[in-house]
Amino acid sequence: MPDITRNEWKEEVDICVVGAGHAGCEAALACARLGFETVIFTVSIDSIALMPCNPNIGGSSKGHLVREVDALGGEMGKNIDKTFIQSKMLNVSKGPAVHSLRAQADKSEYSRSMRRILENTDHLTVKQAEVCKLLTEDSKVTGVVTNTGTTYMCKAVILCTGTYLKARCLCGESITYTGPSGLQAANSLSESLRENGIALRRFKTGTPARMDKRSIDFSKMEEQFGDERIIPFSFSTDPESIQKDQVSCWLTYTNEKTHEIIRANLDRSPIYAGIIEGTGPRYCPSIEDKVVKFAEKERHQVFIEPEGLYTNEMYVGGMSSSLPEDVQLKMYRTVPGLENCKIVRNAYAIEYDCLEPNQLLASLETKAIKGLFCAGQFNGSSGYEEAAAQGIIAGINASRKLQGKDPVILDRSQAYIGVLIDDLVTKENREPYRMMTSRAEYRLLLRQDNADLRLREIGHEVGLVSDEDYARTKRKEEEIAAEIERLKGITVGAGKNITEFLKKHDSTELHTGVSLADLLCRPELTYEMLKEIDPERPKLSSDVIEQVVISIKYEGYIERQKEQVRRFKKMEKRLIPDDIDYDDVSSLRIEARQRFKEFRPASVGQAFRISGINPADISVLLIYLTQKNHGKKEEE
Amino acid sequence: MNNDTIAGIATALSESGIGIIRVSGDDAIKIVNSIFVNKKGEHTLASFSSHTIHYGFIVFDGQEIDEVMVSVMKAPNSFTKEDVVEINCHGGVFVCKSVLEAVLSSGARLCEPGEFTKRAFLNGRIDLSKAEAVMDVISSSNNSSLNNSLKHLNGNLYKKIKDLRDRLIYEIAFIESALDDPEHISLEGYPQELLEKCIEMKEETDRLKESFKTGKILKDGIDTVILGKPNVGKSSLLNMLSGEDRAIVTDIAGTTRDTIEERVILGDVVLNLTDTAGIRESEDLVENIGVNKAKDCAKKAELVLLIIDSTTEITDEDKEIIELVKDKKLIVLINKIDMPGIIRSEDVEKYLSGDYDIVEISAKEGTGIRELSQKIYNRFLSGSFKSDEEIVITNLRQAEELKTASDSLNNVTNSINMDLPEDFYSIDLMNAYAALGRIIGEDVDDDLVNEIFSKFCMGK
Repeated sequence: MPDITRNEWKEEVDICVVGAGHAGCEAALACARLGFETVIFTVSIDSIALMPCNPNIGGSSKGHLVREVDALGGEMGKNIDKTFIQSKMLNVSKGPAVHSLRAQADKSEYSRSMRRILENTDHLTVKQAEVCKLLTEDSKVTGVVTNTGTTYMCKAVILCTGTYLKARCLCGESITYTGPSGLQAANSLSESLRENGIALRRFKTGTPARMDKRSIDFSKMEEQFGDERIIPFSFSTDPESIQKDQVSCWLTYTNEKTHEIIRANLDRSPIYAGIIEGTGPRYCPSIEDKVVKFAEKERHQVFIEPEGLYTNEMYVGGMSSSLPEDVQLKMYRTVPGLENCKIVRNAYAIEYDCLEPNQLLASLETKAIKGLFCAGQFNGSSGYEEAAAQGIIAGINASRKLQGKDPVILDRSQAYIGVLIDDLVTKENREPYRMMTSRAEYRLLLRQDNADLRLREIGHEVGLVSDEDYARTKRKEEEIAAEIERLKGITVGAGKNITEFLKKHDSTELHTGVSLADLLCRPELTYEMLKEIDPERPKLSSDVIEQVVISIKYEGYIERQKEQVRRFKKMEKRLIPDDIDYDDVSSLRIEARQRFKEFRPASVGQAFRISGINPADISVLLIYLTQKNHGKKEEE
Repeated sequence: MNNDTIAGIATALSESGIGIIRVSGDDAIKIVNSIFVNKKGEHTLASFSSHTIHYGFIVFDGQEIDEVMVSVMKAPNSFTKEDVVEINCHGGVFVCKSVLEAVLSSGARLCEPGEFTKRAFLNGRIDLSKAEAVMDVISSSNNSSLNNSLKHLNGNLYKKIKDLRDRLIYEIAFIESALDDPEHISLEGYPQELLEKCIEMKEETDRLKESFKTGKILKDGIDTVILGKPNVGKSSLLNMLSGEDRAIVTDIAGTTRDTIEERVILGDVVLNLTDTAGIRESEDLVENIGVNKAKDCAKKAELVLLIIDSTTEITDEDKEIIELVKDKKLIVLINKIDMPGIIRSEDVEKYLSGDYDIVEISAKEGTGIRELSQKIYNRFLSGSFKSDEEIVITNLRQAEELKTASDSLNNVTNSINMDLPEDFYSIDLMNAYAALGRIIGEDVDDDLVNEIFSKFCMGK
């Protein structure tokens, strides 16, 4: 029996990042860029920033996350700007809060490009190894041990293990014990974490089949083009540098025949047959789930998306499945255009160990073990963007811990990232957590177009945003403010040219003088139109104009949302002392007391969001805190 | 929980059939046990299980005080979440007070006003809106007001607000899910549908909001001034209002030392009679204090009771006062009809204009008072109640939240009329939802906790 403990090699670094997916990459880059000696471990160097599921970055609300990661100084936005093959701003018919950018990636290019960045970042070492063991001392991280027995002593560990822990893939009756795309699973770390008192649970997710492009009849599908004018993800990317030819995606639909086949074979689906213990995502459901849940729907959308320029593989969006191969073939072949399809890779479901979320602080450090940070799918989320967002925060906060600084915690009114992390650490998510527009209460303020205005300053303060990038944001801010002021200051009256102008645009005539800003508020008038009666206007970039227009047109809504934020902040600022003894809050419901003890919320606001807590519990808590305060004042 | 034991008479002190003495606190059972015996003369209260009722006697100092039923409710399943004992004794002021004294002599402390509620609130037994309603009960002093506050407690307001909130959250959820799942949820034609719903919900909210006017009258009373030339019978009227009609008079010190507000209950309404301190000594309001002061009093009042002496001719002084109050809600009282008079309603009417009623009374004999009370009710409250179930808002905070909700719904209709995209509706729908939530304590507001704390005189 070979004994790996004979390997006594010891390395000493600052931070170890376990996993090189989207969370791991952002985490490791943040740490290394902040000057810490960092090692990033991956089971395969070829799987850095792998996109094992959909071939795109962004989309509704996820696009916001990418923008925010970029504003903080992350890499995802820049990397997709370099490697996209189609780009589209979604929801443009709706309000600015829900506009969202999505880009189709060349998967292989995306992965290679990120690998290049990692490999060329100072202080960062890329290491192919499976981390098997977490080393701790007095509830503090001291290092990790790899499968080959080498020890890496360090001050912080960031776990970004994705779907690899004790992973198993299911395709009908066929079960393989691997990570995604047949990559090696990590089978030892779970045990070591449990030994350290970390509680794990089991989640599942899935992916659809990939098909040979040559076997698809695109003439039966609707072609989906990219935008004519491409908008970059990164605030640092020059839009001119990325205008290029794009590839198309294709839209087709399932039908009754498809659904019949699925229904007839549900007993062969591992979920419905009870083989999968993990809980799958509700918002990214498999086609089986959709057919069962939306039984009345006659059809579901199916998007055929290229996996890259280098390959004939096409991703079948909307039809993820864990049905066996024969059923998959029958099912896919009922879809118009896929009658003769050839499957390159089967759809499969994957099941993995991940963290019970109540063990995390909002900094993404575990409550139990100091210096242990967690990010990405390991925390129970799903999606590349969600992973990257947690990755950069975990990286920043692990670094700040080593710097002796307070963690960066974004709240729900600052960023989708704040919403994401707050939801993960306070709410009970019984399924992989997916970012959604509706989860952000203050979304009119958290637009993708103003992520730089919201977060650049924090990124700069942290040290991940360059002075130059920060100065650009400051300049933009000033230009926006100046232009708003200018538009509010120019009054136009009922003069002949104004009257004619308004008439031309079907807008009500003026009887008293109003400002240009007032005119811009009219739904039928645009900034561009107003040029005619505003000859003196300065030349401004399109993103400055965008902010000016949104600020003026939706001023009332923005103000009301800000008022909501003020109320929210009040409860967030009502802090709960660290040493609160919930047993002393005698009238608290037993369940509430258990929840509070479990989660130990930092503020009354956070306490309110914990699953299973009701308003009466919060009243009791507030009364208790107020009484305590009164008591304190008395003592003084 | 370490709480001393308090006791109080839970029912109104009157000659009614049953009176309840409530005792709450750690020693409630022990204290009542010491004065309660069963038929056999044994002290057995401590052995009773929770939520049981028992027959026996209150005996104190060797004296049997009353034959009673005693119920025991053990912590935490009681109104205050403490051990509670209720002694059901024979009604009557004397018996109730004797039983209470026995309890107090055995170790309990007399409760402060609202203290049971305060304990219930602090112990998390009732939510903020209920606590608020109980505060209203405590401070309300007439029948309608009490009924109304109790209705709040019973949840009529809660049900109504909850219903509105349910409807709002449905719309919010619909919009949100359509944003997240446009493939499966279509918003086609939805704005128009929402517009109608919003208008409807706004109407209901406004109705509740408008009821605050009525609620305020019910709860706070009508600011009233009595005017009349000297010797016309102002004192008699006052005495009669406070005495003859079994009204309770409480002296509430006003903002200044020399002003006293007499709170007088007249049937279903409360009158706040604003008076100068000297009114009892000198009836000569116009002479002594001057026309200016009378003017001042009249200006502030919501109702003017003007007394005319039916036994003398109308004088210039009368006319002067009539002139003074011509813009006010006025009730002219033709007094002294028990005596042979020379003035009747018709004789006064020719000098009156605007908003007035005339009632012939005898302040001395009490005649016409019922009619006066009816006239005031009609003037201020008639039409306010459509049925017994009508909910009336009596609390300014609630009225303000209803206004926020109503304005927010109005914003939604504006957004729809301006053709704004659906995601804009959520902000204002959410505001309406939250404002309504703050009324019934479903949305927790730190300010409210502080307010209720101050009402309970905490932090001494």
